[in-house]
Amino acid sequence: MNFTEVAVIGGGPAGLSAARSAAEAGANVTIFDRNSRLGGQLIKQTHRFFGSEKEYAGERGIRIAGILEEGVTAERITIKRNTTVLGIYEDGVITFSENGRYDKITAEKVIIATGASEKQILFENNDLPGVYGAGAVQTLMNLYGVLPGSRVLMVGAGNIGLIVSYQLLQAGVHVEAVIEASYKIGGYLVHASKLRRYGVPILTRTSIKAAVGEEEVEGAIISNVDKDFNFIEGTERQLDVDTILLATGLSPLNELIVNVGCKQRYIPELGGMTALRDESLETTVPGVYVAGDVASIEEASSAILEGIIAGTSAAIEMGFISEKAHRDREEAILRLNALRAGETGRKIREGMKKALTEREKSNVV
Amino acid sequence: MRIKEHPILDRSENRKSISFSFEGKEYEGLEGDTIASALSANGIRVLRDHGGRKRGFFCAIGNCSSCLMEVNGRTNVRVCTELLRDNMDIRRQDDKGSIFGGVER
Repeated sequence: MNFTEVAVIGGGPAGLSAARSAAEAGANVTIFDRNSRLGGQLIKQTHRFFGSEKEYAGERGIRIAGILEEGVTAERITIKRNTTVLGIYEDGVITFSENGRYDKITAEKVIIATGASEKQILFENNDLPGVYGAGAVQTLMNLYGVLPGSRVLMVGAGNIGLIVSYQLLQAGVHVEAVIEASYKIGGYLVHASKLRRYGVPILTRTSIKAAVGEEEVEGAIISNVDKDFNFIEGTERQLDVDTILLATGLSPLNELIVNVGCKQRYIPELGGMTALRDESLETTVPGVYVAGDVASIEEASSAILEGIIAGTSAAIEMGFISEKAHRDREEAILRLNALRAGETGRKIREGMKKALTEREKSNVV
Repeated sequence: MRIKEHPILDRSENRKSISFSFEGKEYEGLEGDTIASALSANGIRVLRDHGGRKRGFFCAIGNCSSCLMEVNGRTNVRVCTELLRDNMDIRRQDDKGSIFGGVER
């Protein structure tokens, strides 16, 4: 049977960083990605990133995807594009469909970096065509140059909701309003200010009650909500929109984690069901690691750092002797802790406490 | 509808036109389009019928299976990631679709 020392599943920021790190330490790596283009969701992100320079702050996402792809050109790295991993079995066999052809491979270490999917929320007619994920429309516009409609309601004022609203304006689409059930805007104020300058109202303590339309979206009914998120009677009003976008969070894409038998826990701070892991990001299944949004819903910068931690840890564990790997690993852990420091990282830090395996917890004083 | 001008992305590139059929009618898409983006560009948002409810795409990256259609007689094609090709025969899928490809219409 085919064999690779390290199998990396997913070619986004986490997977590409993991593959590079493991290969630099000396391991032979195979990257599996279901798309024809590497880079994960970075390839649709036209905005500039924040954070520190080492994680490419100041660059647009589309450019970061290119930089990360340039990092996986080593001969030790095999890239399987248009390849969907179908399952990981108890005996370690990984099955996949490569350009529609079924095949199998085994690996000494597996790094799962499958990312996340957009959350749907409950409201009447939420399945009508014209109700889309905000990220979906980012793909539609920025990869294919197609508009989703002409008048948009954005649900959710976190960074994705704010950024995609701005990108809609850049593409010439009218954004009727951004609504947010919480009492405050969740995303960065710099993004919110850009929308305000265009005159787009951002309505807090407001949520969607229903999509209106027979076969597709022809309007939306929104309503104020109280501090417990219950609709306040008499505050409903109908908006004239043909598109409703949901920027209401992401959940880890955890099918393979379930399949391989990693112990999971529901950790809302990290986005939902996610694998327990130690500081090396190794799960409860020995040799299986997680990195990026599948481990915890954060940003591309933290995904890159988690990729480095998982990739170096896997290689070190396999016995590759590399001073650089040890150095890179330590540095990535420090930088990741720095990213999660302060008020904005509080939620993630709380979640991380719940995600650490018992083995790791016993070492925490 | 397609984006004509964009402050960041270069939309001036000349993409080859691709003709396809949807529900028996002829349409045009562009090289590089997925089936879903080509349909959306033509104003088509209803992609299938699910137990009497109309469905479109939702995630656009192959996660959610909201966009399953019948393409060249094959059922359950995720059109948000399947690239558009010349002369494709694209049809709305009724529930799980016909195992014989829904040829009887």
